Amino acid sequence: MKSKMSAWEKVEIARSPKRKTALDYIEEIFDDFMELHGDRAYKDDKSIVCGLANIGEQNYTIIAEQKGRNTKENIERNFGMPNPESYRKAIRFMKQAEKFNRPVITFIDTKGAYPGIGAEERGQGEAIAKSMFEMAKLKVPVIAVVIGEGSSGGALAIGVANRVIMLENAIYSILSPEGYSSILWKDSSRYEEAAEKMKLTADDLYKANIIDAIIKEPREVDNEDFKKIAKKIKKEIISSVEKISKLSRDEIVNERYNKFRNMGEYRVKIKN
Amino acid sequence: MVIDKIKKREGGAQTNKRSSVDIPIGKWVKCDKCKEIIYKELVRENLNICPNCGHYFRIHIGRRIEQILDENTYKRFDLNIDTTNPLNLEDYPKKINSLREKTGLEEAVACGTGKINGEDVVICIMDSAFLMGSMGVVVGEKITYAIEQAVEKKLPLIIFSVSGGARMQEGIFSLMQMAKTTAALTKLDEAGLLYISVLTDPTYGGVTASFASLGDVILAEPHAMIGFAGQRVIEQTIGEKLPEGFQTAEFLLEHGFIDKIVERKDLKNTLYKLIKLHKGGK
Repeated sequence: MKSKMSAWEKVEIARSPKRKTALDYIEEIFDDFMELHGDRAYKDDKSIVCGLANIGEQNYTIIAEQKGRNTKENIERNFGMPNPESYRKAIRFMKQAEKFNRPVITFIDTKGAYPGIGAEERGQGEAIAKSMFEMAKLKVPVIAVVIGEGSSGGALAIGVANRVIMLENAIYSILSPEGYSSILWKDSSRYEEAAEKMKLTADDLYKANIIDAIIKEPREVDNEDFKKIAKKIKKEIISSVEKISKLSRDEIVNERYNKFRNMGEYRVKIKN
Repeated sequence: MVIDKIKKREGGAQTNKRSSVDIPIGKWVKCDKCKEIIYKELVRENLNICPNCGHYFRIHIGRRIEQILDENTYKRFDLNIDTTNPLNLEDYPKKINSLREKTGLEEAVACGTGKINGEDVVICIMDSAFLMGSMGVVVGEKITYAIEQAVEKKLPLIIFSVSGGARMQEGIFSLMQMAKTTAALTKLDEAGLLYISVLTDPTYGGVTASFASLGDVILAEPHAMIGFAGQRVIEQTIGEKLPEGFQTAEFLLEHGFIDKIVERKDLKNTLYKLIKLHKGGK
C-alpha cells in the first residue's frame, strides 16, 4: 500500500516520543549487547551509546544516538543531543572496531548536536569534523541506520557509512523544517512547506542517492510491527556487511570514499 | 590617528556633515564596530582594517589574493560549475545570478594555485559577500577538487574560511558536502601534505564542523567569531545570555582549538614560515 503521508507528518512521526529508540532496536537485533563507556578525556556523554554486540559468530561495534524513553532518561541523555564527548567516544570505538576488525553499525536519531556553552568550549565543530574524518578512513564495513530524526551535522557525524539504511518514516535533513523556514523565509510558521521542499523523507533521499535502502514501516508501530522492522534491519545489516566484507580493507575505504565524493550534482557551465 | 586626517580633509567637519565635502558618495564606509564613517581608500590601504578602532573588515577574495599571494601568481582552477537548484526553489537561481552581478564572484569560494614568497600552494578563499560564504554543492565540489589537486601536485593546502555554514538553499545536498570535503582531507593527510586552515570572521556551522577544523595548523584572525552553533540558537536553547568574548578567536585559542591568532599584516609571512617549517627534515 502506497503511503500518502505528507513530509510534515513524517517529521511528526520521526519525532514522536513513542517512537522506538536505538537501544530498543539494538536489544532486538543483536544476540547480545554490552555497553561500554567514556571518551577517555572528559566524561561519558549519554546522548551516544557505544558498545559491542554480536549476531551469532559475527561481532559488531555499535555507535548509537539515544533519546530518552521517558523524561528522566531524556534529561540524562540530553534529549539525544550529543555534546562533543559523545563524538569523541564514538571515535574511540571506531578506532577499536578497526583494530579488532569489527564492522561498525551506527544508529542515527538526533535533533542535532547540542548548542550549548560547554559544547562550544569543548569544540563541538571539531568533534563532529573529526568523527567524519575518522569514519571516512575506517578499513572495516560501516552501516548507518537512520531510525528517527537525522538532523544536521550532529547526525552526519556518525553517518559516513558504506551503506545508509533508513526507516520509511524517519527523516534526514540539513536542519529542522522550523529552522529552515525561519532562516530561508524569515517565517518559522511555514515549516510544513519547508518539510515538503527539503527532501527529507526516505523516498526523496533514496531517489537522490543519499541513502541506499528503505525499511518499510506502518504509520502506527505496535510491538509486533516493531519486531518485524527490527528483523528487516537485521537482515539488511547482515547482508550489507557480508557484501562489503568481500572487499579488501582498502577497497572498503574507497567504496565509502567514492560514495561521498559523488554527493550533490552540479552542472558544467558553458563558457562564453 | 588616521581618522583625524580624514577630519582634516573634511575641514574639521563632523562625520555627519560629510555630504558637504567634495568626495563622492560611495567612497565611504561605516565601521561596524566603532560606527565611524571612514574614507574607503584609507581602509583599503590599512589591509581592510578600520584605521580608527582596528576592527577587521571582511574582505573580498580579490583583496585576500593580493594580500597573501605573490603578485600575478594566482591561477584559478578551470572548474566552471553551477548549481542545479536541487530543491527547485523558485528564487534561488535568480539570487545566485544577481549575486554574481553584484559581487563579481562566481561563487562563495575561489580556488587555485599561487605562490607565497616563492612557495607553491593550493589555496581556497571563501567570501562572505556571496550568500554568507555558505557551502552548497558547488562550494563543496570546488574545495574537494582543490584538495585533490593539492594531493596530485604534492602541494601544501591553505583554506581561508568565512562562512555561515552549510547552504540552506541546497538542503541535504549541502550537508553532504561536509562529509565530501572531510573525506577528501583524509587523502591529503595520508599523502603527508600540510593543510593550514585560516579562520576568519565569521566561521560557523557546517564549515566549522568539517574542513575548517581539520587543519594540521589552524590560524585565526584576531576577534574573528568562530563556532558551531549560532549565538542566538544557543541563547534560545539555554535561556541565558552568553559570556563576554564567547566564540571569539581568543576564546578558541584559550580552549585549545586553534594554534595561533595572526594579525592580517603578518598572515603572509606566518604562512610562509609554516610552509618552510613543514618541509621534510633530515
